[in-house]
Amino acid sequence: MIKFDEVTHFYNSEQGNKVASLSKVNLEIEKGDFIAIIGANGSGKSTLARHINGLLLPSEGDVLVESYNTKDLNMIWSIRTKVGMVFQNPDNQLVATTIEDDVAFGLENIGIEEKEMKKRVDWALKVVGLSELRNSEPHLLSGGQKQRVVIAGALAMHTSYLILDEPTSMLDPKGRKEVLEIIKRLNEEENITVVYITQFMSEAAQFKNIIVLDKGKIVLTGPPKKIFNQPDFLLSLNLEIPQITRLARELSANGLDIPANILNEDEMIKYLCLYI
Amino acid sequence: MKFIRNLTIGQYIYQDSIIHKLDPRVKILLSISLIITIFLVKSWSGFFIIGIYLFTNIFLAKVNPKFVLRGIKPLLMIIILTLLIHFFITPGEVIYRIWILNITLEGIQRGTFIAIRLFLLILSTSWLTLTTSPISLTDGIEKILSFLKIFKIPAHEIAMMMTIALRFIPTLMEETEKIIKAQIARGADFESGNFIKRIQNFLPIIIPLFINAFHRADELAIAMEARCYRGGEGRTHYRTLLINNTDYVFIIITMLVLVVSCVQGI
Amino acid sequence: MFIHLKDVSYTYNLNMPFETVALKSINLKINKGEFIGVIGHTGCGKTTLLQLLNGLLEPTEGKVLVDNIDIHQNKQKLREVRKKIGLAFQYPENQFFEETIAKEIAFGPKNMGIAGEELEQRIKKGIEMVGLDYYAYKDRSPFSLSGGEMRRIAIASILAIDPEILILDEPTASLDPQSCSKLLSVITDLYLKYQRTVIMVSHNMEIIAELAKRIVVMEKGGIVMDDTPKNIFQHSLRKLESIGLSLPPVTHTMYELKKIGKPVSSAILTVEEAKDEILKLIRKRERNEIY
Repeated sequence: MIKFDEVTHFYNSEQGNKVASLSKVNLEIEKGDFIAIIGANGSGKSTLARHINGLLLPSEGDVLVESYNTKDLNMIWSIRTKVGMVFQNPDNQLVATTIEDDVAFGLENIGIEEKEMKKRVDWALKVVGLSELRNSEPHLLSGGQKQRVVIAGALAMHTSYLILDEPTSMLDPKGRKEVLEIIKRLNEEENITVVYITQFMSEAAQFKNIIVLDKGKIVLTGPPKKIFNQPDFLLSLNLEIPQITRLARELSANGLDIPANILNEDEMIKYLCLYI
Repeated sequence: MKFIRNLTIGQYIYQDSIIHKLDPRVKILLSISLIITIFLVKSWSGFFIIGIYLFTNIFLAKVNPKFVLRGIKPLLMIIILTLLIHFFITPGEVIYRIWILNITLEGIQRGTFIAIRLFLLILSTSWLTLTTSPISLTDGIEKILSFLKIFKIPAHEIAMMMTIALRFIPTLMEETEKIIKAQIARGADFESGNFIKRIQNFLPIIIPLFINAFHRADELAIAMEARCYRGGEGRTHYRTLLINNTDYVFIIITMLVLVVSCVQGI
Repeated sequence: MFIHLKDVSYTYNLNMPFETVALKSINLKINKGEFIGVIGHTGCGKTTLLQLLNGLLEPTEGKVLVDNIDIHQNKQKLREVRKKIGLAFQYPENQFFEETIAKEIAFGPKNMGIAGEELEQRIKKGIEMVGLDYYAYKDRSPFSLSGGEMRRIAIASILAIDPEILILDEPTASLDPQSCSKLLSVITDLYLKYQRTVIMVSHNMEIIAELAKRIVVMEKGGIVMDDTPKNIFQHSLRKLESIGLSLPPVTHTMYELKKIGKPVSSAILTVEEAKDEILKLIRKRERNEIY
């Protein structure tokens, strides 16, 4: 479990005053959770993500990863083995000259011995479906493939918590699909906890739970049906609702007896078939 | 530009050959020995022996001679220039006269000798880079440098820098291409103007490129930290280098070649 | 200004190893005042196409005619074309290099010989056309801006050249939804208010749906469809997805309804249109049932 206990994070703004990017955040992420974090630009999403693996430390409060405190310098590497992170730019996370070597990078860092490394790299590449490209050079891969390599790198470390900070913003629709497919599978088959930060509501709608941030505070949590049932509130936070949900609201407002918080097309079609 | 990007750095071309499979450390050290020997050789027969050795290597490596020649092309000018300079400036028996310049017999001999030396030097590095992939080269260099650890050489850090540089060169070249095109689309002109103007014209390429590179370095550093990178302490290696019998045979043959070519003409 | 790509092909690294055909026999006409959306899989040749339009690349086969003149046979026309066609690449903010926004925006017009009072006017107009305040932004560093602002200033630097035709390669790439909608209203203004011809490449169908009257669909180096949105979205779903079109969810829904036999049109791209179409159908049903 990952626990945020009254976490506050200050930074110095351009004008020189102290600004809280996170303010008294309390949060518990259980093993096996499949969570999306949404919020407008500047709401603190990235800052929160970086507290989970200790890239940032709280100015006040504590972040505990399976009861180890991220402030504990002795445990930080162990924490980073358990918590894998995928960032936004696919290019700027790949460090080696071939895919295979890049997946092995983290394992080299934590001193895993050669035979075990080979086993883990082979397995990780297989899980993300990139075994055939093991000898390829990073710059020849598509964005979606690159992010899969990064995920494989985390898997090889036997990570239990996968934190993804807007991993699809720089990808084309195909790449976005690839990434979402993989993390869903990892959550279902390997029980890896997924914390996914996104600005795409259509992506957030696919998660089990959503956390909504605004100005460094958690303002709403719950399953997508609950979250997207409050479009006015979301609008006030400069957030939208998924296109299908917008359609559902419009139809509902025009007299159709369908729920206003429909999240995906299959549901929409099911309800529409009652009418047409 | 795209051409350079598509060619793997250092002209490495994969083939299934014994030369390709040799340990990179062996190849690097032998290459260095070759280069030193080429400078020590004093006779035509010495060069001949080394020449045969290098051509045999290239043949065994199953590399298309076209690629070897391509490596020489850019330096062809220098070779020819060296040749001509020696033709004209070496004192001795004049055998030909063009305008006020004298071509001497000694000049022809000396010029040809030095030109062949240059040619062989280029071949001995081409041979290495054509048959050894960049990662293998880096691995080899790291292992060699770590033997020199007693001299406090940061072997791991150097190897890491080389790896990252090799990884990002194609990416940064793509970036440069994009920046150049974007600036041309805004009317920038990189062709005309005097020397100083041309240098000024490059600022709109160099500055964005540097900013881009630094930005990438920043993000990469954070990603590496998130993956537990903390320098060379306690790191293991995914790729292991093993010296086997083929390597030993190769070493012995090469040493023989080098010694024999050195003593020629004494 | 009328652009005509006539039987244009482009091959990278022609006659060298790693030769790649990016475009094959493209025929395309662009008329003044159009808003054209260009869509297709990554790698279908979209970016190469854009660079052929403003003469950055010379076709390996075929001609690029502007106002009926072959721009690669006529240096003067080529120079004129550069001034009349503005091209914003993906992530245009990567081209920033100046200390102030004013200087950055001045780069383009300065290269074209504009100076003095007119230069100042161009800079001012450029910043205003992207919906920002000239005085608040002109002296700031381009690197001090937010992502969305940087994108707009980058486009302003191209607008300062005062092009008739604006080519935008994925202008909303990586922008958060808020910046995205701000940028869209800027592009809408450029088309409707400032009367520019706009050619826009985007993966985002919703954006193209808002403004494009004509969509050019590319696949594997060729143009496979060149038609109005309504006509394109009458094609089969499988065909569209195979060329890499990612349909807006509402469009997808209509397609699925059509597949199970419901008499709906699939040429629906926005929530409004979907709502109208569904309500229309329900009312028709109700009327039929009354009879």
